[in-house]
Amino acid sequence: MESINRAEGKVPLWKLFTAFMRIGAFTFGGGYAMLPMLETECVEKTGWITKEELLDYFAIGQCTPGVIAVNTATFVGKKKRGVLGAFVATAGVVFPSFVIICLIAALLQNFAEIKPVQYALRGIRVAVGVLIINTVVKLIREKLKDWLGYVLCALAFALVAFLDVSPVFVVIGAALVGVVRFLIAGRKGGNGV
Amino acid sequence: MIYLTLIYEFFKIGLFAIGGGLATLPFLTDLADKYPWLTSEMLSEMVAVSEATPGPLGVNMATYAGYMAGIGEFGNGTLGQVLAITTALTATTALVAPSFIVILIVSRMLDKYRSSVLVESAFSGLRPAVAGLIAAAAWSVIKVTLFDFAAWQGFASLLDVVHLPELLLFAVLLIVTNIKRLKKLHPLYIIGSSAAIGICMGYMLNW
Repeated sequence: MESINRAEGKVPLWKLFTAFMRIGAFTFGGGYAMLPMLETECVEKTGWITKEELLDYFAIGQCTPGVIAVNTATFVGKKKRGVLGAFVATAGVVFPSFVIICLIAALLQNFAEIKPVQYALRGIRVAVGVLIINTVVKLIREKLKDWLGYVLCALAFALVAFLDVSPVFVVIGAALVGVVRFLIAGRKGGNGV
Repeated sequence: MIYLTLIYEFFKIGLFAIGGGLATLPFLTDLADKYPWLTSEMLSEMVAVSEATPGPLGVNMATYAGYMAGIGEFGNGTLGQVLAITTALTATTALVAPSFIVILIVSRMLDKYRSSVLVESAFSGLRPAVAGLIAAAAWSVIKVTLFDFAAWQGFASLLDVVHLPELLLFAVLLIVTNIKRLKKLHPLYIIGSSAAIGICMGYMLNW
Protein backbone atom coordinates (compact mmCIF):
# COMPACT_ATOMS: atom_id res chain seq x y z
CA MET A 1 0.00 0.00 0.00
CA GLU A 2 1.02 3.58 -0.45
CA SER A 3 1.48 4.16 3.22
CA ILE A 4 4.47 1.84 3.38
CA ASN A 5 6.73 4.23 1.50
CA ARG A 6 5.97 7.02 3.89
CA ALA A 7 6.70 4.82 6.86
CA GLU A 8 10.24 4.06 5.82
CA GLY A 9 13.15 5.46 7.78
CA LYS A 10 13.26 6.52 11.39
CA VAL A 11 10.39 8.56 12.73
CA PRO A 12 11.81 11.64 14.48
CA LEU A 13 10.98 11.72 18.20
CA TRP A 14 9.57 15.24 18.02
CA LYS A 15 7.10 14.06 15.37
CA LEU A 16 5.90 11.32 17.68
CA PHE A 17 5.56 13.87 20.47
CA THR A 18 3.63 16.46 18.45
CA ALA A 19 1.35 13.89 16.80
CA PHE A 20 0.33 12.50 20.18
CA MET A 21 0.10 15.97 21.64
CA ARG A 22 -2.49 16.83 18.98
CA ILE A 23 -4.33 13.61 19.80
CA GLY A 24 -4.33 14.43 23.51
CA ALA A 25 -5.40 18.01 22.92
CA PHE A 26 -8.41 17.20 20.76
CA THR A 27 -9.82 14.12 22.43
CA PHE A 28 -12.93 14.80 24.45
CA GLY A 29 -14.53 12.04 26.44
CA GLY A 30 -12.08 9.22 26.85
CA GLY A 31 -10.50 6.38 24.90
CA TYR A 32 -12.81 5.65 22.01
CA ALA A 33 -13.28 9.30 21.17
CA MET A 34 -9.61 9.41 20.23
CA LEU A 35 -9.93 6.70 17.60
CA PRO A 36 -10.70 9.07 14.71
CA MET A 37 -7.72 11.24 15.73
CA LEU A 38 -5.46 8.21 16.07
CA GLU A 39 -6.51 6.96 12.68
CA THR A 40 -5.78 10.29 11.04
CA GLU A 41 -2.43 10.83 12.77
CA CYS A 42 -0.97 7.30 12.89
CA VAL A 43 -2.56 5.48 9.95
CA GLU A 44 -3.65 7.89 7.25
CA LYS A 45 -1.22 10.79 7.53
CA THR A 46 1.95 8.92 8.39
CA GLY A 47 1.45 5.19 7.87
CA TRP A 48 3.16 4.50 11.20
CA ILE A 49 0.84 1.58 11.88
CA THR A 50 -1.85 -0.31 9.95
CA LYS A 51 -5.54 -0.23 10.75
CA GLU A 52 -5.32 -3.83 11.95
CA GLU A 53 -2.57 -2.91 14.39
CA LEU A 54 -4.67 -0.02 15.69
CA LEU A 55 -7.56 -2.41 16.38
CA ASP A 56 -5.21 -4.88 18.04
CA TYR A 57 -3.84 -2.15 20.32
CA PHE A 58 -7.37 -1.15 21.26
CA ALA A 59 -8.29 -4.74 22.03
CA ILE A 60 -5.23 -5.16 24.23
CA GLY A 61 -5.86 -1.76 25.82
CA GLN A 62 -9.30 -3.03 26.89
CA CYS A 63 -7.88 -5.79 29.03
CA THR A 64 -4.65 -4.27 30.32
CA PRO A 65 -4.55 -1.79 33.17
CA GLY A 66 -4.52 1.91 32.55
CA VAL A 67 -6.02 4.50 30.28
CA ILE A 68 -6.57 3.27 26.72
CA ALA A 69 -5.24 6.46 25.15
CA VAL A 70 -1.99 6.06 27.04
CA ASN A 71 -1.73 2.37 26.19
CA THR A 72 -2.10 3.06 22.49
CA ALA A 73 0.47 5.85 22.61
CA THR A 74 2.94 3.54 24.33
CA PHE A 75 2.36 0.84 21.70
CA VAL A 76 2.82 3.12 18.71
CA GLY A 77 5.87 4.82 20.22
CA LYS A 78 7.46 1.48 21.08
CA LYS A 79 6.87 0.19 17.57
CA LYS A 80 8.41 3.20 15.88
CA ARG A 81 11.30 4.10 18.19
CA GLY A 82 11.62 1.54 20.99
CA VAL A 83 11.34 2.34 24.69
CA LEU A 84 12.39 5.97 24.22
CA GLY A 85 9.73 6.39 21.53
CA ALA A 86 7.15 4.84 23.86
CA PHE A 87 8.08 7.35 26.55
CA VAL A 88 7.96 10.32 24.17
CA ALA A 89 4.59 9.34 22.67
CA THR A 90 3.10 8.75 26.12
CA ALA A 91 4.42 12.07 27.39
CA GLY A 92 2.94 13.73 24.29
CA VAL A 93 -0.56 12.38 24.83
CA VAL A 94 -0.53 13.34 28.52
CA PHE A 95 1.04 16.78 28.11
CA PRO A 96 -1.99 18.86 26.97
CA SER A 97 -4.28 17.49 29.71
CA PHE A 98 -1.64 18.09 32.32
CA VAL A 99 -1.13 21.73 31.37
CA ILE A 100 -4.84 22.46 30.93
CA ILE A 101 -5.89 20.81 34.19
CA CYS A 102 -3.16 22.56 36.20
CA LEU A 103 -4.25 25.91 34.75
CA ILE A 104 -7.90 25.25 35.53
CA ALA A 105 -7.17 23.99 39.04
CA ALA A 106 -5.05 27.07 39.75
CA LEU A 107 -7.08 29.80 38.10
CA LEU A 108 -10.62 28.82 37.30
CA GLN A 109 -12.96 27.66 39.96
CA ASN A 110 -16.21 26.20 38.62
CA PHE A 111 -14.76 25.86 35.12
CA ALA A 112 -17.38 23.30 34.13
CA GLU A 113 -20.19 25.69 35.04
CA ILE A 114 -19.07 28.45 32.66
CA LYS A 115 -21.80 28.92 30.04
CA PRO A 116 -19.70 29.09 26.83
CA VAL A 117 -17.78 26.01 28.00
CA GLN A 118 -21.02 24.09 28.37
CA TYR A 119 -22.28 25.28 24.99
CA ALA A 120 -19.05 24.41 23.23
CA LEU A 121 -19.13 21.00 24.84
CA ARG A 122 -22.61 20.27 23.55
CA GLY A 123 -21.37 20.97 20.03
CA ILE A 124 -18.21 18.93 20.57
CA ARG A 125 -20.13 15.90 21.81
CA VAL A 126 -22.17 15.82 18.62
CA ALA A 127 -18.98 16.03 16.56
CA VAL A 128 -17.39 13.22 18.56
CA GLY A 129 -20.43 11.03 17.94
CA VAL A 130 -20.29 11.69 14.19
CA LEU A 131 -16.54 11.08 13.99
CA ILE A 132 -16.79 7.76 15.83
CA ILE A 133 -19.68 6.65 13.61
CA ASN A 134 -17.68 7.44 10.48
CA THR A 135 -14.74 5.46 11.82
CA VAL A 136 -16.90 2.46 12.70
CA VAL A 137 -18.64 2.43 9.32
CA LYS A 138 -15.29 2.57 7.54
CA LEU A 139 -13.94 -0.23 9.75
CA ILE A 140 -16.95 -2.47 9.14
CA ARG A 141 -16.83 -1.87 5.40
CA GLU A 142 -13.12 -2.50 5.03
CA LYS A 143 -12.26 -5.03 7.69
CA LEU A 144 -15.17 -7.42 8.15
CA LYS A 145 -14.85 -10.19 5.64
CA ASP A 146 -17.06 -13.11 6.64
CA TRP A 147 -20.34 -13.86 8.39
CA LEU A 148 -18.56 -14.67 11.64
CA GLY A 149 -17.03 -11.20 11.63
CA TYR A 150 -20.44 -9.57 11.30
CA VAL A 151 -21.88 -11.76 14.04
CA LEU A 152 -19.00 -11.00 16.43
CA CYS A 153 -19.30 -7.28 15.70
CA ALA A 154 -23.07 -7.20 16.24
CA LEU A 155 -22.83 -9.35 19.34
CA ALA A 156 -20.09 -7.19 20.90
CA PHE A 157 -22.15 -4.08 20.18
CA ALA A 158 -25.34 -5.48 21.69
CA LEU A 159 -23.65 -6.92 24.78
CA VAL A 160 -21.88 -3.67 25.68
CA ALA A 161 -24.47 -1.12 24.49
CA PHE A 162 -27.63 -2.76 25.83
CA LEU A 163 -26.61 -5.31 28.44
CA ASP A 164 -23.73 -3.41 30.07
CA VAL A 165 -21.35 -6.35 29.81
CA SER A 166 -17.75 -5.38 30.59
CA PRO A 167 -15.65 -5.00 27.40
CA VAL A 168 -12.98 -7.14 29.08
CA PHE A 169 -15.20 -10.22 28.79
CA VAL A 170 -16.17 -9.37 25.23
CA VAL A 171 -12.52 -9.14 24.22
CA ILE A 172 -11.59 -12.42 25.91
CA GLY A 173 -14.62 -14.18 24.42
CA ALA A 174 -13.94 -12.93 20.90
CA ALA A 175 -10.31 -14.03 21.09
CA LEU A 176 -11.48 -17.51 22.15
CA VAL A 177 -13.91 -17.63 19.21
CA GLY A 178 -11.04 -16.78 16.86
CA VAL A 179 -8.90 -19.57 18.29
CA VAL A 180 -11.73 -22.11 18.22
CA ARG A 181 -12.48 -21.29 14.60
CA PHE A 182 -8.84 -21.85 13.75
CA LEU A 183 -8.79 -25.19 15.53
CA ILE A 184 -11.98 -26.37 13.81
CA ALA A 185 -10.76 -25.24 10.39
CA GLY A 186 -7.47 -27.03 11.03
CA ARG A 187 -9.24 -30.28 11.91
CA LYS A 188 -11.48 -30.07 8.84
CA GLY A 189 -9.20 -29.13 6.00
CA GLY A 190 -5.69 -29.11 7.34
CA ASN A 191 -4.93 -25.52 6.30
CA GLY A 192 -6.32 -23.32 8.99
CA VAL A 193 -4.15 -20.36 8.06
CA MET B 1 5.16 12.54 52.89
CA ILE B 2 2.62 13.61 50.29
CA TYR B 3 4.73 12.56 47.29
CA LEU B 4 5.08 8.97 48.49
CA THR B 5 1.37 8.78 49.29
CA LEU B 6 0.51 10.00 45.80
CA ILE B 7 2.92 7.58 44.14
CA TYR B 8 1.53 4.67 46.14
CA GLU B 9 -2.14 5.53 45.61
CA PHE B 10 -2.02 6.47 41.95
CA PHE B 11 0.26 3.61 40.95
CA LYS B 12 -2.35 1.35 42.51
CA ILE B 13 -5.15 3.07 40.56
CA GLY B 14 -3.18 2.82 37.33
CA LEU B 15 -2.59 -0.85 37.93
CA PHE B 16 -6.13 -1.89 38.84
CA ALA B 17 -8.41 0.45 36.88
CA ILE B 18 -8.90 -1.64 33.77
CA GLY B 19 -10.81 -0.35 30.77
CA GLY B 20 -10.59 3.41 30.69
CA GLY B 21 -11.04 6.62 32.60
CA LEU B 22 -14.28 6.19 34.48
CA ALA B 23 -12.95 2.94 35.94
CA THR B 24 -10.75 5.16 38.13
CA LEU B 25 -13.76 6.76 39.80
CA PRO B 26 -14.45 4.16 42.50
CA PHE B 27 -10.77 4.29 43.47
CA LEU B 28 -10.89 8.06 43.73
CA THR B 29 -13.99 7.87 45.92
CA ASP B 30 -11.94 5.64 48.14
CA LEU B 31 -9.18 8.27 48.27
CA ALA B 32 -11.70 10.93 49.24
CA ASP B 33 -12.70 8.84 52.24
CA LYS B 34 -9.12 8.34 53.26
CA TYR B 35 -7.42 11.73 52.86
CA PRO B 36 -8.36 15.25 53.91
CA TRP B 37 -7.08 16.86 50.70
CA LEU B 38 -9.77 15.23 48.59
CA THR B 39 -13.49 15.74 49.29
CA SER B 40 -16.49 14.28 47.49
CA GLU B 41 -17.46 17.80 46.32
CA MET B 42 -14.05 18.14 44.71
CA LEU B 43 -14.59 14.77 43.12
CA SER B 44 -17.79 15.73 41.34
CA GLU B 45 -16.19 19.01 40.25
CA MET B 46 -13.25 16.94 39.00
CA VAL B 47 -15.41 14.65 36.88
CA ALA B 48 -17.15 17.66 35.36
CA VAL B 49 -13.84 19.39 34.59
CA SER B 50 -12.31 16.20 33.22
CA GLU B 51 -15.20 15.75 30.86
CA ALA B 52 -15.13 19.39 29.80
CA THR B 53 -11.44 19.36 28.93
CA PRO B 54 -9.55 17.40 26.30
CA GLY B 55 -7.45 14.39 27.13
CA PRO B 56 -7.90 10.98 28.69
CA LEU B 57 -10.32 11.11 31.62
CA GLY B 58 -8.07 9.13 33.97
CA VAL B 59 -5.12 11.42 33.33
CA ASN B 60 -7.22 14.54 33.85
CA MET B 61 -8.53 13.26 37.16
CA ALA B 62 -5.10 12.21 38.42
CA THR B 63 -3.65 15.62 37.55
CA TYR B 64 -6.51 17.39 39.27
CA ALA B 65 -6.35 15.24 42.40
CA GLY B 66 -2.56 15.58 42.52
CA TYR B 67 -2.84 19.34 42.27
CA MET B 68 -5.44 19.51 45.01
CA ALA B 69 -3.28 17.30 47.23
CA GLY B 70 -0.46 19.81 46.75
CA ILE B 71 -2.69 22.74 47.69
CA GLY B 72 -3.91 20.80 50.71
CA GLU B 73 -0.35 20.09 51.82
CA PHE B 74 1.44 23.35 51.00
CA GLY B 75 -1.35 25.93 51.15
CA ASN B 76 -2.90 28.18 48.53
CA GLY B 77 -0.04 30.72 48.30
CA THR B 78 2.38 31.15 45.40
CA LEU B 79 4.73 28.51 46.78
CA GLY B 80 1.80 26.14 47.27
CA GLN B 81 0.68 26.68 43.67
CA VAL B 82 4.15 25.93 42.33
CA LEU B 83 4.62 22.86 44.50
CA ALA B 84 1.12 21.70 43.53
CA ILE B 85 2.40 21.35 39.96
CA THR B 86 5.02 18.91 41.19
CA THR B 87 2.45 16.87 43.13
CA ALA B 88 0.17 16.88 40.06
CA LEU B 89 3.09 15.60 37.97
CA THR B 90 3.80 12.93 40.60
CA ALA B 91 0.21 11.66 40.60
CA THR B 92 -0.02 11.65 36.79
CA THR B 93 3.30 9.86 36.35
CA ALA B 94 2.36 7.28 38.96
CA LEU B 95 -0.98 6.68 37.22
CA VAL B 96 0.62 6.16 33.82
CA ALA B 97 3.62 4.10 34.98
CA PRO B 98 1.91 0.69 35.43
CA SER B 99 0.25 0.68 32.02
CA PHE B 100 3.46 1.94 30.43
CA ILE B 101 5.39 -0.98 31.88
CA VAL B 102 2.69 -3.55 31.09
CA ILE B 103 2.36 -2.36 27.49
CA LEU B 104 6.12 -2.49 26.96
CA ILE B 105 6.09 -6.11 28.10
CA VAL B 106 3.01 -7.00 26.02
CA SER B 107 4.50 -5.24 23.02
CA ARG B 108 7.68 -7.30 23.31
CA MET B 109 5.64 -10.51 23.57
CA LEU B 110 3.56 -9.45 20.59
CA ASP B 111 6.67 -8.97 18.46
CA LYS B 112 7.78 -12.44 19.44
CA TYR B 113 4.53 -14.30 18.84
CA ARG B 114 3.07 -12.21 16.04
CA SER B 115 3.83 -14.92 13.50
CA SER B 116 2.17 -17.61 15.62
CA VAL B 117 -1.04 -18.79 13.95
CA LEU B 118 -2.74 -19.16 17.28
CA VAL B 119 -2.14 -15.52 18.23
CA GLU B 120 -3.11 -14.37 14.75
CA SER B 121 -6.36 -16.34 14.90
CA ALA B 122 -7.16 -14.88 18.32
CA PHE B 123 -6.75 -11.41 16.81
CA SER B 124 -8.91 -12.38 13.85
CA GLY B 125 -11.75 -12.89 16.32
CA LEU B 126 -10.84 -9.76 18.27
CA ARG B 127 -10.89 -7.22 15.45
CA PRO B 128 -14.58 -7.51 14.54
CA ALA B 129 -15.46 -7.46 18.24
CA VAL B 130 -13.47 -4.26 18.74
CA ALA B 131 -15.39 -2.71 15.86
CA GLY B 132 -18.53 -3.64 17.79
CA LEU B 133 -17.13 -2.14 20.99
CA ILE B 134 -16.40 1.11 19.19
CA ALA B 135 -19.93 1.13 17.79
CA ALA B 136 -21.19 0.73 21.36
CA ALA B 137 -19.08 3.73 22.39
CA ALA B 138 -20.59 5.75 19.55
CA TRP B 139 -24.04 4.72 20.72
CA SER B 140 -23.36 5.78 24.30
CA VAL B 141 -22.25 9.24 23.12
CA ILE B 142 -25.22 9.64 20.78
CA LYS B 143 -27.69 8.39 23.35
CA VAL B 144 -26.89 11.16 25.83
CA THR B 145 -26.27 13.88 23.26
CA LEU B 146 -29.26 13.59 20.96
CA PHE B 147 -31.87 12.11 23.24
CA ASP B 148 -33.21 12.42 26.74
CA PHE B 149 -35.05 9.16 27.20
CA ALA B 150 -35.91 9.99 30.80
CA ALA B 151 -38.27 12.72 29.54
CA TRP B 152 -40.46 10.20 27.71
CA GLN B 153 -44.11 10.45 28.75
CA GLY B 154 -45.94 9.31 25.65
CA PHE B 155 -45.82 10.77 22.15
CA ALA B 156 -46.77 14.28 23.26
CA SER B 157 -43.37 14.55 24.96
CA LEU B 158 -41.45 13.63 21.81
CA LEU B 159 -39.92 17.09 21.51
CA ASP B 160 -38.56 16.86 25.05
CA VAL B 161 -36.98 13.50 24.30
CA VAL B 162 -35.25 14.51 21.08
CA HIS B 163 -32.74 17.36 21.26
CA LEU B 164 -33.59 19.03 17.98
CA PRO B 165 -30.66 21.47 17.61
CA GLU B 166 -28.19 18.68 18.34
CA LEU B 167 -29.98 16.35 15.95
CA LEU B 168 -29.77 18.98 13.23
CA LEU B 169 -26.05 19.55 13.83
CA PHE B 170 -25.57 15.79 13.87
CA ALA B 171 -27.23 15.36 10.47
CA VAL B 172 -25.30 18.26 8.94
CA LEU B 173 -21.97 16.97 10.27
CA LEU B 174 -22.70 13.45 9.12
CA ILE B 175 -23.32 14.71 5.60
CA VAL B 176 -20.41 17.16 5.53
CA THR B 177 -17.86 14.64 6.80
CA ASN B 178 -18.93 12.15 4.13
CA ILE B 179 -18.52 14.52 1.18
CA LYS B 180 -15.69 13.02 -0.82
CA ARG B 181 -13.45 16.07 -0.85
CA LEU B 182 -13.86 16.63 2.87
CA LYS B 183 -13.34 13.03 3.94
CA LYS B 184 -9.65 13.56 4.60
CA LEU B 185 -10.29 16.66 6.69
CA HIS B 186 -8.47 16.44 10.02
CA PRO B 187 -10.94 15.66 12.86
CA LEU B 188 -9.66 18.63 14.85
CA TYR B 189 -11.31 21.04 12.38
CA ILE B 190 -14.63 19.26 12.83
CA ILE B 191 -14.27 19.38 16.62
CA GLY B 192 -13.19 23.03 16.58
CA SER B 193 -16.01 24.21 14.34
CA SER B 194 -18.59 22.22 16.30
CA ALA B 195 -17.42 23.92 19.47
CA ALA B 196 -17.94 27.30 17.79
CA ILE B 197 -21.36 26.27 16.45
CA GLY B 198 -22.27 25.01 19.92
CA ILE B 199 -21.45 28.38 21.47
CA CYS B 200 -23.44 30.27 18.82
CA MET B 201 -26.44 27.95 19.10
CA GLY B 202 -26.24 28.08 22.88
CA TYR B 203 -26.59 31.86 22.99
CA MET B 204 -29.16 32.00 20.21
CA LEU B 205 -31.40 29.31 21.65
CA ASN B 206 -30.67 30.06 25.30
CA TRP B 207 -30.00 26.41 26.10
